[in-house]
Amino acid sequence: MISKVKQVLGPDAQFILGDTAVTYGALLAGCRFFAGYPITPATEIAEGMARLMPKVGGTCIQMEDEIASVGAIIGASWAGVKSMTATSGPGFSLMQENIGYACMTETPCVLVDVQRGGPSTGQPTRASQGDMMQARWGTHGDHEIIALVPNSVQETMELTIEAFNLSEQYRNPVLVMLDEIIGHMREKIVIPSKIKIVGREKTKMAKEKYLSFAGEKIPDFATFGSGYRVYATGLTHSETGLPSTDDPEVHSKLVTRICKKISDDREKLQDFKGRYLSDAEVVVLSYGSTSRSALTAVELARKKGIKAGYLRLITVWPFPEKLVENLNCSRILVAEQNLGQLVHLVRESARCEVQLCPKIGGEVHKPREILARLEE
Amino acid sequence: MLSGEELKEKYLRKEMFPTVFCDGCGIGNVLDYAIRAIEELELDLDQTVFLSGIGCSSRLPGYINSDGLHTTHGRALAFATGVKAANPKLDVIVFTGDGDCVGIGGNHFIHAARRNIDMTVIMVNNYNYGMTGGQAAPTTPLGGITTTTPYGSIEFPFDVCEIAKAIGVPYVARWTVTYPYKPIKSIKKAIQKKGFSYVELLTPCPIQWGRKNKLRDIKALWDWYKDNTMLLEDWEMINKYGTEEEKQAIEKKIKIGVFQDIDRPEWTSEWKKYVKRLR
Repeated sequence: MISKVKQVLGPDAQFILGDTAVTYGALLAGCRFFAGYPITPATEIAEGMARLMPKVGGTCIQMEDEIASVGAIIGASWAGVKSMTATSGPGFSLMQENIGYACMTETPCVLVDVQRGGPSTGQPTRASQGDMMQARWGTHGDHEIIALVPNSVQETMELTIEAFNLSEQYRNPVLVMLDEIIGHMREKIVIPSKIKIVGREKTKMAKEKYLSFAGEKIPDFATFGSGYRVYATGLTHSETGLPSTDDPEVHSKLVTRICKKISDDREKLQDFKGRYLSDAEVVVLSYGSTSRSALTAVELARKKGIKAGYLRLITVWPFPEKLVENLNCSRILVAEQNLGQLVHLVRESARCEVQLCPKIGGEVHKPREILARLEE
Repeated sequence: MLSGEELKEKYLRKEMFPTVFCDGCGIGNVLDYAIRAIEELELDLDQTVFLSGIGCSSRLPGYINSDGLHTTHGRALAFATGVKAANPKLDVIVFTGDGDCVGIGGNHFIHAARRNIDMTVIMVNNYNYGMTGGQAAPTTPLGGITTTTPYGSIEFPFDVCEIAKAIGVPYVARWTVTYPYKPIKSIKKAIQKKGFSYVELLTPCPIQWGRKNKLRDIKALWDWYKDNTMLLEDWEMINKYGTEEEKQAIEKKIKIGVFQDIDRPEWTSEWKKYVKRLR
């Protein structure tokens, strides 16, 4: 399977767009269904899938809108096929209801948001990190989500693969949160020779005993056409999957389980890169394209004798509370391309002073802008 | 032929009974007709997926002992497109209501129809949003009383069969649930048709619709459908050869029958050819 994909993708080393790296990662991970709708700056993902998907024998369909795109990938996932969609802010807003449906029905699927300036139509061709809180809380009701944030084209490919693996493991939608800079940046990538793939784990339980939404953590999955006759609904459901909307205990048990299956694994899911942290007095916390400027700023500060440290979050949701709590410094500077989103979570977890270094308008922070804040 | 009890035993989830439907509601009949069509076709329920959106009729897949997906409001056809496109071996049948299908879901309806992806859509038209207490739907007739049109609707309703026909949907039919044979025959035909097929069933809703429109009595409501519908062929004959008086007399009749029965290339077959061409 992977060798066939590699053959279609071409040479192992290539100079490609971040958006294209999403398509490479998806196909390598075994994604064989893509549904999408054009939107700047994520269109290249749909275009890439339209070009590559038929060559690997998968299915690619342009839907009438982003609501339908998420509907289609959930349907495809239940039909037994790994699936993905990709969008940007306005489309991401439209997707929210069906993302909640995927959480409630425990449907593995991957959604990519290439963030642009908002609110509303905003700056279609400019970068932002303005959807980070929407990624966490965009859909209504209690739920948990996994969101990964790359800061290079290579990592975009790798995290897309990881997103598929986690969505299969946790039976939950997983978000890959790019920003326009990462999506529209060209860099060299190397397709790894060995790739860890989590396949669709099918239940081995006997049909008579099988309950599609049972268990303490993650239920066994049986997909359509497998003879298990499964029923999934967005309504509160019992372990059978059938609606049970009036019993407070059924609702509490279900929603607590679908939240805890992810939040209990917060530390296991935590992924980050740290530099100069051991003796750091001030730590710059960042993610995505901002982190590239943050690293330069920290290195410039070190040259000036400032004990600065660098922490880049890769897993943003679930938020790595312990990681932030354990930072042994006197000040955390959160640099993000919004007017303050993840900073709230950092404030909640940190044991020291937390400051925000915001930037909006579509340009990444200049290293000297962050450096100036470190020199304060 | 199996009896009702035998069919229930064979096809339905007994733990789901009694149903959520009101006395005099026609949605149970829709389920009955669909099951009878499936029995006659000997459809394998291990390879059949029933989908629905939100509303009274969208509860139907829950009663059928097969794979089912009870999706979000209006979006059943988008989910169904994903199921069918990802795994064309599965038979896909969608139960949807008028508000679900052509209100909130109107865009998905016209696009699934345009793509001509192989699925059967059974649209239960009861002229209102029943589950939320009887609000106006895109199918509510002019003057119809609902909780959101308390003094009568001033908007023109959709004729969804005409929309489907104009899009080129290969199989389009409308019947009332007051007679069983035509709906069963049309559902059979629709399932067998390669491509998108649309069967609309005019379904009495005595509690939320009838009560507000001087049709509170269940029998009177069911009779209303008999008195106010007319076979498409008869309607066309009168319009062609009838006198002015005869034409005027049928002006307000609801046409029932098979609106379209044609063949068109289907999406999953075309996709298969497309993939093959690239290899």
